Amino acid sequence: MSEVTVTLLRLGYLALLWVLVLSAISVLRRDLYGTRIVDRRRANKQVQARTATPPPAAAVPAAAPEPAPVRTPRSARSGSGPRRLVVTEGPLRGTIVPLGTSAVLIGRAPSNTLVLDDDYSSSRHARVFQQDGQWFVEDLGSTNGTYVADQRVESAVPLPTGTPVRVGQSVLELQR
Amino acid sequence: MATIQPHRVRAGRGTELGLLVLALAISISGYVLVGLGTEGTVPADVLGYSLGLTALAVGLHVVMRWRAPFADPVIMPVAVALNGIGLAMIYRIDFAYAARGKEHGFAERQLTWTALSIALAAVVLVLLRDHRTLRRYTYTAMVVGLALVVLPLVPGLGVLINGARIWVRFGGVGLQPAELAKIALAVFFAGYLVTHRDTLALAGPRVLGLQLPRARDLGPILIVWGASLAVLVLERDLGTSLLFFGLFVAMLYLATERLSWVIIGLGLFVVGAFFAATAFAHVGARFDAWLHAMDDDVFQKAVGGSGQLVRGLFGLANGGLFGTGLGQGRPDLVPYAESDFIYASLGEELGLTGMLAILLGYLILAERGFRTAVGVRDGFGKLLAGGLSFVVAFQTVVVVGGVTKMIPLTGLTTPFLAYGGSSLVANWIIVALLLRVSDEARRPAPAVRALTPEVGTPVVVGASDDHPTERIGGAS
Repeated sequence: MSEVTVTLLRLGYLALLWVLVLSAISVLRRDLYGTRIVDRRRANKQVQARTATPPPAAAVPAAAPEPAPVRTPRSARSGSGPRRLVVTEGPLRGTIVPLGTSAVLIGRAPSNTLVLDDDYSSSRHARVFQQDGQWFVEDLGSTNGTYVADQRVESAVPLPTGTPVRVGQSVLELQR
Repeated sequence: MATIQPHRVRAGRGTELGLLVLALAISISGYVLVGLGTEGTVPADVLGYSLGLTALAVGLHVVMRWRAPFADPVIMPVAVALNGIGLAMIYRIDFAYAARGKEHGFAERQLTWTALSIALAAVVLVLLRDHRTLRRYTYTAMVVGLALVVLPLVPGLGVLINGARIWVRFGGVGLQPAELAKIALAVFFAGYLVTHRDTLALAGPRVLGLQLPRARDLGPILIVWGASLAVLVLERDLGTSLLFFGLFVAMLYLATERLSWVIIGLGLFVVGAFFAATAFAHVGARFDAWLHAMDDDVFQKAVGGSGQLVRGLFGLANGGLFGTGLGQGRPDLVPYAESDFIYASLGEELGLTGMLAILLGYLILAERGFRTAVGVRDGFGKLLAGGLSFVVAFQTVVVVGGVTKMIPLTGLTTPFLAYGGSSLVANWIIVALLLRVSDEARRPAPAVRALTPEVGTPVVVGASDDHPTERIGGAS
């Protein structure tokens, strides 16, 4: 055997050792991070692109792209109004407050429905409430104000689904 | 907006098979390279060796598909790879010993032990369906563990080898019972601590920000400290006594999250080590060989000198970054190159690159064990998995640290690599237990059902519910 072959075999064996080590690490990399963050809008778009025919209107909410645990369908929901209040920006990004019929209080005080840990919001900052099937947002005398689409809220204003509301450093919106 | 989702749990048996192919490739090509390096030809029995090793590993894999389908996919291939590297190295050292006319034939015996150990691991996986069964035998495990520790002291059974009385001889087969005792003691500590951890963690005064335990709760740690000192004094075995004490302190810390236990443990260790180093010549010699290894008179000393350690270091230096290649170095110049100093032998022939890969293998093994402990839901399983992975990690640190002159040399075995049947059997049983616990940890929780079924009759899920500890309705 030539010197070159011996050297190549020697280095090849070391490479093989490292291939095992690195592939083992790549297997457990997933475990180190544990969770993944999914952009839901993009995921929904992908689902819409994939399903050629839309599901019947009365059916259970569109099938999730991943086999998530099936939620019990909430049949008591009425109409097409918003079903949840979602924090889209700020430290609580991703937080979902399911909407019922009662109002949602937002602020720093622990008695609020949505408690913000934010120096720029007041202890009782804003209120999102329902009246005659329509959702409104109202400022509760906060220091830094509540903004709906860059307009400072003076009194209760109607809040259409999908309109961003800025409270301190957080942005919230109503979603179906 | 974004949502956070946990990853879908994959059973990982396919991944395991892929990694297993790599591990077997490492083991078999190591064997072939040893043949090429020493004799210039591929060993004649390479086919039989490959088939045997593959059959063992794949057999264990099949047993896992059958009995532990959700077990961690990384643990078993890494253990197989380490074992295979060890076999290749022992085979290589056998060649060198045969050439010099020394006693040889270690590789065949190690191969037999490997087969026995992997078979035993499979038996443990088949028989032990739920690790919580072991909790019932908490105090039995204590008795068994202590009996195994004192077994070498029984006259007629124990054998004095190299000044340490840690061997027993059963009909021609030498065994180190302490290797098996560590498993029994891990079971005992886990069972004991899961019951008593609240008193150990919460009761007691607070001094300087440290939650100190009550004086009467110090009993168990003092007993274990005394027992490990007794091992040190009566059996003259530094490594085993260090291992037992370290295991207990680590598991106390795992159970209580109190730093005070670690500080108390380290304090007791320092006291014990100082006492031992001054009172016993053989312990003092270890310190001497560590601190003044390069002194001429220490190096030349026939017994208890630093000759072995320094020759190992020369071997490592000869290996350099990429090693001399399997079969090209002279690892046999170091006494006990096949057992105590196998890591130095590997360092010479595989270089720093190979040594680091092997160390990372141990790191992965320990990480998977601790990850299992994090994931499993019952306290006993957490402590057991944590303790067993600590044993593997601690032994590696003590041996590798000793060989590389970072800490004084102690007589512990390198898990999976070193020649020695008891050590191999014990480590494969540890792997089997970790696999069993990780199967429990990674098994997806059964689908949530309504608390009250819509019909008034109870719903029976799963037809084969004959085993009471089995998870009802679990995906299997």
